[in-house]
Amino acid sequence: MSILVNKNTRLIVQGITGREGLFHTQQMVAYGTNVVGGVTPGKGGEWVLDGKIPVFDSVRQAAEATGANASVIFVPARFAADAIFEAADAGLELIVCITEGIPVFDMMRVRAYIDHLDTRLVGPNCPGLLTPGEAKVGIIPGDIAIPGNVGVVSRSGTLTYEVLYALKNIGMGASTCVGIGGDPVNGTNFIDALRMFEADPQTEKVVMIGEIGGTDEEKAAEFIANHMSKPVVSFIAGQTAPPGKRMGHAGAIVQGGTGTAASKIEALKAANVKVARHPEEIPELL
Amino acid sequence: MKLHEYQSKNIFAKYGVPIPPGRVAATAAEARQIAEELGGRVVVKSQVLVGGRGKAGGVKLANSPEEAEELAAKILSMEIKGLPVRKVLIDKAANIETEIYLGITNDRAARKPVIMASAAGGVDIEEVARETPEKIIKVHIDPLLGLQGYQTRDLAAGIDLPKEHWRAFGKICTGLWEAYYHSDATLAEINPLVITAEGELLAVDGKMLIDDNGLFRHPDLAEMRDLDVEDPTEVEARKYGLSFIKLDGNIGCMVNGAGLAMATMDITKLFGGLPANFLDIGGGANADKVAAAFRLILSDPKVEAVLINIFGGITRGDEVARGILAAIDEVKPEVPMVVRLVGTNAEEGRQLLADADMITAETLADAAQKAVAAAKGGK
Repeated sequence: MSILVNKNTRLIVQGITGREGLFHTQQMVAYGTNVVGGVTPGKGGEWVLDGKIPVFDSVRQAAEATGANASVIFVPARFAADAIFEAADAGLELIVCITEGIPVFDMMRVRAYIDHLDTRLVGPNCPGLLTPGEAKVGIIPGDIAIPGNVGVVSRSGTLTYEVLYALKNIGMGASTCVGIGGDPVNGTNFIDALRMFEADPQTEKVVMIGEIGGTDEEKAAEFIANHMSKPVVSFIAGQTAPPGKRMGHAGAIVQGGTGTAASKIEALKAANVKVARHPEEIPELL
Repeated sequence: MKLHEYQSKNIFAKYGVPIPPGRVAATAAEARQIAEELGGRVVVKSQVLVGGRGKAGGVKLANSPEEAEELAAKILSMEIKGLPVRKVLIDKAANIETEIYLGITNDRAARKPVIMASAAGGVDIEEVARETPEKIIKVHIDPLLGLQGYQTRDLAAGIDLPKEHWRAFGKICTGLWEAYYHSDATLAEINPLVITAEGELLAVDGKMLIDDNGLFRHPDLAEMRDLDVEDPTEVEARKYGLSFIKLDGNIGCMVNGAGLAMATMDITKLFGGLPANFLDIGGGANADKVAAAFRLILSDPKVEAVLINIFGGITRGDEVARGILAAIDEVKPEVPMVVRLVGTNAEEGRQLLADADMITAETLADAAQKAVAAAKGGK
């Protein structure tokens, strides 16, 4: 078991003929992910990867022709909300949006709409999902993680890779790694991922990687205290970040005294979560 | 991105929010001319993107065009909190009876915009929020539906606004909301919204923040960016697609990925150093980008060592190493450099860098300790 993606995932790639989309389609296929098709409006009827993967004009056509149940989105920020709406309206169960730089108002509209549907959105501005040995959906390098029993959830990209790699180096593996993304409004938050890990039989421990901005880590701490039986280890990035500045990620900003690393660490410690001083300390805390 | 008061108020006016007659001036003579056109008393208001303009003496009342000219000359020669005053707004003075606060912002936790009103207007609203939060009435706006009429009436009732003003107040709320969402704003604020002695509602001050990610839809707003408030190194960084924030420490950091960049800053401090900057060079690490990053980091004389932390992943380590070497060849930094590379072909990359007399490290902790030691001269 694992969460969200596995070897039965039938994936389409929105923006498959773009530079990023095509490159990462190759990487996902090489990893063993079952990529059944792609979408680029206007390029329906073409094939990519030496004629192995068909391209469709719309998500609905792609889903009908291939039986896809998940989509990963690589389209530019200005078209990304439209791509999410399209995937949701085509009835896909899982939508993973990698795109960075989507206007926050677009994301508020997306959330207001898809909250009424049975669709799970992961991201945007995220590295996607990896269930080691089964499937990767997104851009996480496949070779930095091995299968195992640690669930990983994170707002960051390369910092997550760092943790997966540190785990692998001491022979620990991941059940699934979920990149929830660095935007202030996203589809899946820490609590959603923690709830799924708690219910997943393969996952025995969880690593939660947070950063400054917002109060999601504080809410997650409360959830952990009340609803998690599995141990959680955490790291919070941005203790040295100055207030009022956006640290790369749109959501990583301390505003009006809220969103500080200190507040998150305090809340997590109060919930009996072990908080690592730096990412390489995580494996020993597990 | 922050907009000036006059820019914000002009946008509000476009959506039907009443503002005082007035115009912006860059010279004292212009200020006088505008004051003559307006007639009567005017307010001379410095246009700088910081709070507390009034307290700093940047907002003054003038009884005549001559006085407006004098005050404008004085204010235009001021610096407020380190920012030069380049423009003044000359507004017709209002006969203020009551001051109200009205603002819209994004409530991140609720994932919706929220409109807020308070009868305690004209003062620092964050202070009101801290001391007497019950004085602020909040109503969430469904981003798919927009602000509804009944919600504006709820706000009016919530702040005990006399009923004869409800219709005008509702129109202002709706106008502010339209200005907000048509501009991809993250804040649109009228503080104060005044009721005049003549019984009119008027937005005498205005403030807007625009979502940088939404600017592609608003080339007109993008042009309004005021570079005075931006750190020149941050502006330079943006040209190269780098995300850079200057800090106070002695160890320059060059990292791929925002989260990892923050973690690298934190671990530098953990081992006794202080980060000189936040820098995310993004995916890939071509020589041009790395060279630009080096120039930004090294423009700070306090930097005593540079810590480069690249988690390659799909990017190949030897390519990253070659990019770093090409950039060093161009920039010729004089401070010690510690490099940590992880990912495909990382060992080959580390060897290339070690051959070029750079300090290499395998783990993040090792890299941070070596950088701190190198900064102390222990190379």
